[in-house]
Amino acid sequence: MLQFSLWKRALVILICLAAVVFSAPNLFYDRVERHNDAVAQIAAGNDTPELQAERALWPDWLPSDTINLGLDLRGGAHLLVEVSVSDVYADRIDALWPEVRDLLRDERATVGGVRRMPSDDPGVLRVAIGNPEGMARALEVVRTLSQPMQTLTGIGQQDLDIHEDNGQIIVTLSEAERLATDDRTMRQSLEIIRRRVDEAGTREPTILRQGADRVLIQVPGVGSADEILDLIGRTARLTFHPVVRTTANGAEAPGPRQVVYPSMNEQGVYYFLEQTAVVSGEQLTDAQPTFDQNGRPAVSFRFNPAGARAFGLYTAENIGNPFAIVLDNEVISAPVIQSAIPGGSGIITGRFTVEESTQLAILLRAGALPASIEVLEQRTIGPELGQDSVDAGKIAAVVAMAAVLLYMGLSYGFYGWIANVALLLNVAMIFAILSLIGGTLTLPGIAGIVLTIGMAVDANVLIFERIREELRTARGPARAIELGYERAMSAILDANITTFMTAAILYALGSGPVRGFAITLGLGILTSVFSAIFVTRLIIVWWFERRRPKTLNL
Amino acid sequence: MYRLKIVPDDTDINFMGPWKYTFGLSMVLIAASIAVFFAIGLNFGIDFRGGTTIRTEAAQPVDVGAYRTALAPLNLGDIAITEVYDPSFRADQHVTSMRIQAPEDGEAVSPAVLAQVQSALQGVDPSITFASVESVGPKVSGELVQEAILAVLAALGAVLIYIWLRFEWQFALGAVAALIHDLILTIGVFVILQLRFDLAIIAALLTIVGYSLNDTVVVFDRMRENLIKYKQRPVLDVMNLSLNETLTRTLMTSFTTLIALIALFVLGGDVIRGFVFAMIWGIFVGTWSSIYVAAVIVKLLGVKRDWGKGGDKAGTQFATSSSK
Repeated sequence: MLQFSLWKRALVILICLAAVVFSAPNLFYDRVERHNDAVAQIAAGNDTPELQAERALWPDWLPSDTINLGLDLRGGAHLLVEVSVSDVYADRIDALWPEVRDLLRDERATVGGVRRMPSDDPGVLRVAIGNPEGMARALEVVRTLSQPMQTLTGIGQQDLDIHEDNGQIIVTLSEAERLATDDRTMRQSLEIIRRRVDEAGTREPTILRQGADRVLIQVPGVGSADEILDLIGRTARLTFHPVVRTTANGAEAPGPRQVVYPSMNEQGVYYFLEQTAVVSGEQLTDAQPTFDQNGRPAVSFRFNPAGARAFGLYTAENIGNPFAIVLDNEVISAPVIQSAIPGGSGIITGRFTVEESTQLAILLRAGALPASIEVLEQRTIGPELGQDSVDAGKIAAVVAMAAVLLYMGLSYGFYGWIANVALLLNVAMIFAILSLIGGTLTLPGIAGIVLTIGMAVDANVLIFERIREELRTARGPARAIELGYERAMSAILDANITTFMTAAILYALGSGPVRGFAITLGLGILTSVFSAIFVTRLIIVWWFERRRPKTLNL
Repeated sequence: MYRLKIVPDDTDINFMGPWKYTFGLSMVLIAASIAVFFAIGLNFGIDFRGGTTIRTEAAQPVDVGAYRTALAPLNLGDIAITEVYDPSFRADQHVTSMRIQAPEDGEAVSPAVLAQVQSALQGVDPSITFASVESVGPKVSGELVQEAILAVLAALGAVLIYIWLRFEWQFALGAVAALIHDLILTIGVFVILQLRFDLAIIAALLTIVGYSLNDTVVVFDRMRENLIKYKQRPVLDVMNLSLNETLTRTLMTSFTTLIALIALFVLGGDVIRGFVFAMIWGIFVGTWSSIYVAAVIVKLLGVKRDWGKGGDKAGTQFATSSSK
């Protein structure tokens, strides 16, 4: 046990040195952060003397990874939202209806009249036919709409489920197609949320998919979760519809293929619009905040060629008619077409403030969400509260550290100080690993580190106590140290493995701050075992080889 | 050189002597904790029952009554407002924590309502700022409860299996019984003191599980060793011997951990105080339960005395034996 091969010694020393070097940036958190920001800016092509000066705050050749501070320490917004993935089923089914109708119309001789029936579930298309004998033929025709699935998981399955129920044709998306649709909806939603948050210019947002239909958004340094919610909470589906007429009675039933939408700014004004949009937001290529000729905030937009052509044709044919600009089922404005607009660009005026026009431009540029979202969890932590927590945590950690070091020194003297060196290296190791793996430090995480400081000495205490016991019976100090390490080992391993298991379970099942705690606790266990059985032992062996003491004053 | 010694070198304390009383006491405390849990109930935070918490900071001293009056017209149901004190606050830092219940109909959190609350409060005190605003919808809080219970059960299950493999089934049951004892007593204290029970407290509970286990395993390890060494001595004697031998270590580790936790409790700010309190409490019950629950149960279940004899190596097959 006292033999410590040379390469092992070298490895232990190397690990300790690495721990010190890689944890060092965290001692100069502010400097390193400014250095890193400057490096990123310079890499992005902005090279100014000020940035070079910022960059020089920390040497390039030193590691510059630091621990990420969690939202509870840095302040910011946290949102957990659920995407209503089933919204998309209804859109798909609605889009199918004209095709189904046209197909059945061609078969009118056999199937008779065709009518769409109301359905409780918007994801289900119910079609009644006039001639029940024609059902077999009708099903056969409608089934031609169904395509084999193209995705890996859905191979061999059809995308539509078509059957007869009480004399009606029922069309729904098949189970496999629903799953594929959900996945596509989620990927689109994530992409659009990410674009919107990025467009708003926030720093280092975290946008993660959680489970089947949820998205977690964390944005450090934002004033409130409401700001993020304003950005991502809206579907932002922009459409342009011909106006049929306006009314003050919103309850009035619209005619066939018409919809009634309220005005966004005028109370009690409703518009009857044609259901089919002339052009929609998907055909936009750009949107920018601007001002109209009267100096009021507005949003300018430009269509892609297809959109521009449709828009140009429509405006040319409908000069003098009003035309509604609709955002999420509300009419922003309904200007009268003064002249044909061939270029495919225009401006939207409403009663916007400058902020609203800026935000609308962002939303339009980023595109519409495929489905609506619902907020499940929303948290805002002010940056001051985070800073207070960091300060309090730092003081507590330093005091805890000093007290434990002193107590160990008083209890075990020289050996206690050896254990203390190991303890300090232990904390350095935790910070180094957290920095390297890009771990996040949360407030419970700080508690985990402080707890580790207290518990890390346990392994050393077990060893020292065991050596003390062995000293009474064993032959000489060398043998006592050897036996002490050997016999304490099973207790150290068992005790730490079980604690590590609970940390691992916390990590696997927990979320957010709890996870942060589990990481520091788990790392703390690994590093404390390492430092007790390698670092302390190496120091003791070293000292022992030089001194060859006859007795141990433990 | 001066040495701090909390325990003399050779102690011979009869820990197990009064085991009937101490074990009885533990059982009574468990029964009492369960009783208050059902009679009074935990003060669940928003993580577990949904709702909103707002932490306000103001330069002027807080008038909770005025806050309440300002919020009354909003019809938000039961609003709990408490003033928070902490030694680390500046003189002009007056903090309150308020909790608004989740709406009955299970609707998601409404940003509009939050905005109303904030402007109503700013009407009372223009200097008021909102240090944190957190809302959890009832849908998520239900899941968080499930996850938390699952985490605790998974931890207990893992421990049961590990100790069973490493020791004997009696030890596994003893260790898990001790852990359940610690959990129930901690929940009992949270009920009686009406401390807020949120997600972080679950982390604290699992840490208690970890710590208590650590302690139990060290004691068990020594018992296993001594049971093999002294095959003829009565079990209670061997247990006492093992407890005395590990006493210094038990107290040293408890002390260093307590030192660190007390530093955190006093200086770490009010946000994590409940969390730290749970862990401090856990050190006490965890140390107690290693002796008076875990060991007693092993004794009651009857432990095998022919360890390591013949071909029967059960319980030691994974041990990192010292016979290298």
